Amino acid sequence: MNKVISKHYYSENVVSLEIEAPRIAKARRAGHFVMVRVGNTGERIPLTISTANVERGTITLVVQKVGVSSRKITELEVGDEVTDLVGPLGQATHVENFGTILACGGGVGVAPLLPIVEELKKAGNKVISVIAARSKDLIILEDQIRQHSDEVIVMTDDGSYGKKGLITEGMEEVINREKIDQAVIIGPGIMMKFAALTTKKHNIPSIASLNTIMVDGTGMCGACRVTVGGKTRFVCVDGPEFDAHEVDFDEMLMRLSGYREDEIKADEQYLCVSKNKGKA
Amino acid sequence: MNNSEYLKQERAAAWRDDLRKAKKNKERTSLARVKMPEAPPIERARSYVEVNSGLTPEQAINEASRCIDCANPTCISGCPVEINIPKFVKNIERGEFLEAAKVLKETNALPAVCGRVCPQEKQCEASCFYQLKLNTEPVAIGYLERFAADFEQQSGKISIPEVAPSNGIKVAVIGSGPAGLAFAGDMAKLGYDVVILEALHEIGGVLKYGIPEFRLPNSIVDVEIESLRKMGVKFETNFIVGKTATIDDLREEGFKGFFVGSGAGLPRFMNIPGENLVGVLSSNEYLTRINLMGASSQGMDTPVVRGKKVAVIGGGNTAMDSVRTALRLGAEKVSIIYRRSLEEMPARVEEVKHAQEEGVEFLTLNNPVEYIGDDKGKVKQIRVQRMELGEPDSSGRRSPVAVDGSEYIIDADTVVVSVGVSPNPILPQSLPQLKVSRWGTIEVDPDTLQSSIPDIFAGGDIVRGGATVILAMGDGRKAAASMHQYLTNQTKK
Repeated sequence: MNKVISKHYYSENVVSLEIEAPRIAKARRAGHFVMVRVGNTGERIPLTISTANVERGTITLVVQKVGVSSRKITELEVGDEVTDLVGPLGQATHVENFGTILACGGGVGVAPLLPIVEELKKAGNKVISVIAARSKDLIILEDQIRQHSDEVIVMTDDGSYGKKGLITEGMEEVINREKIDQAVIIGPGIMMKFAALTTKKHNIPSIASLNTIMVDGTGMCGACRVTVGGKTRFVCVDGPEFDAHEVDFDEMLMRLSGYREDEIKADEQYLCVSKNKGKA
Repeated sequence: MNNSEYLKQERAAAWRDDLRKAKKNKERTSLARVKMPEAPPIERARSYVEVNSGLTPEQAINEASRCIDCANPTCISGCPVEINIPKFVKNIERGEFLEAAKVLKETNALPAVCGRVCPQEKQCEASCFYQLKLNTEPVAIGYLERFAADFEQQSGKISIPEVAPSNGIKVAVIGSGPAGLAFAGDMAKLGYDVVILEALHEIGGVLKYGIPEFRLPNSIVDVEIESLRKMGVKFETNFIVGKTATIDDLREEGFKGFFVGSGAGLPRFMNIPGENLVGVLSSNEYLTRINLMGASSQGMDTPVVRGKKVAVIGGGNTAMDSVRTALRLGAEKVSIIYRRSLEEMPARVEEVKHAQEEGVEFLTLNNPVEYIGDDKGKVKQIRVQRMELGEPDSSGRRSPVAVDGSEYIIDADTVVVSVGVSPNPILPQSLPQLKVSRWGTIEVDPDTLQSSIPDIFAGGDIVRGGATVILAMGDGRKAAASMHQYLTNQTKK
């Protein structure tokens, strides 16, 4: 069960894994996520499903190494089993023909953005995608995004690929040029915060897909709570998508840092142990 | 034969008669109630060793001999699963401990669990002759239940209840907590093909993620689960009905009946300022990190906050579990903040006593009104308000009223909010036709536990909104009996 079928490196730190999960592949919709645990000492972490293939009975997850748990997932090889995989979780993306869509993806946020772009395009929308990363080697899934977009703008912080600048600059360029009916924003918290401020300035309805700390992913722990429009909501069962203009991103960023020290320590320990294993 | 005839017939057995004659009632009632051997507070408060260590055989026999084997055993009516209490107690008195365990299992799939976590003082023991008529300490039925169940587990001679030949009818159980396990046990006995679908990666529900090791060791739960496995019950983890597959998908796969025991998994918060600060978390999160994810053990990836000054908000068993867990994680000062007085506390008497012995501070008639954070958004203080008791509310408990101008500030670097849970919304959301109350609980016929969808039955916290292990198990048993009736009628048609 849950065997890794294929593995692809986008960069040293960003890996795509195709995993056998026939029930999830069949049930999932754009916007859904899964909880993943690797090994019996592993932690449960949420990952948004990037794509799925019902015939092959597989789902694809794009994972960036940021700590021990994501590292363990990226270290899985073809043929390995994922210890625990459960889903699809969360509310699916609301898809309709809005008109013109501005789809904004930062870093690995492009992975969960892909199925949303695909479905919005299928629903008859004109889709303009802006994808951004620090540098060229961190831009992922560009071809797949292009396949389902009418236009794609690539932004890099250092100008090593596409246009030089932040994602918000690419967004402004489109907004100043044509009428946008709906924006979708997915990426690191800080990027979403500023992307949301940009669309708010222009009164463009926007949704953001949030990725917070979760333990169970089914509503039980409440670790994922965020303030949306002054009310506490659970990302796992109420989200992961919310009105981007109503999300308290500062609070979300603060809550994400709650275990930062533990994470850094654990990662150092893990790397140290792995290195020693290599020597032996 | 109805139940009271059955009880009478059992009581008339020659060995019971001989036992009754062996000792005068006066002699029995003159014995003092046994004291449960416990790990010393100073040692146990920093370790996960089980607090109650269990009765010795001598203690158990002695305690069992206090029971006068009443002609009308009122204790049974106090038990939600109607264990034949005198029969198991008398088996202990005559030294037939394995036989006693068998009696427990006639009606209770998880005796070693119930012996530890049931609020006996409100159930069987509250209805004991000693309590009702002599106004003295009741027979320690809970301790004896645990004794017999543990004895059986340790003997290696675990009796597996008799299972009827397979009838080939598939039924699904949603959730592997106490309600689902009790349901599964009864349905397996009746010959059904039972599959338990569990959302988490471990079987046991609240028994695993909720109740800590020092009160209910996971190994005890695993033995009971293994018994169900031997009875033919199948388990599938990482399966969320309503998400991984719908009820319709499962019907297509041949399931004829569904029992929903998905629990009250959604933690409640108080919606006061600062509740989303770092370091303020639900008891569910706190306990799950430790009990399910092993965050307190070396080598586990899941982290947990290790506060020095920990405040737990609430007065239930989960609050007691959380505050005592904080001690074991090395906290220097731990407090319970509860808005009513000790008397109204819903926690088991024993849990409160254990917490007090271990050095937990009880700030009763106090209520948090705001959490104050530092410049990094981490909680550092709580603004607390004093309360007094007013008129009784709908639950019959006197409702707390805030005392004007009584606010003060205490220091805390970790706050665990344990003020109750709401039903988990995932399954009801996936079934728009399913009738739910405005609190989100599934509405069922009180006698049959059948929901508004005929092949779906429900019980435990998803119906009650937040109750006890044993009430959930009682529901599981009741639902099994009525689903059996329903499916028998269906196949006749």
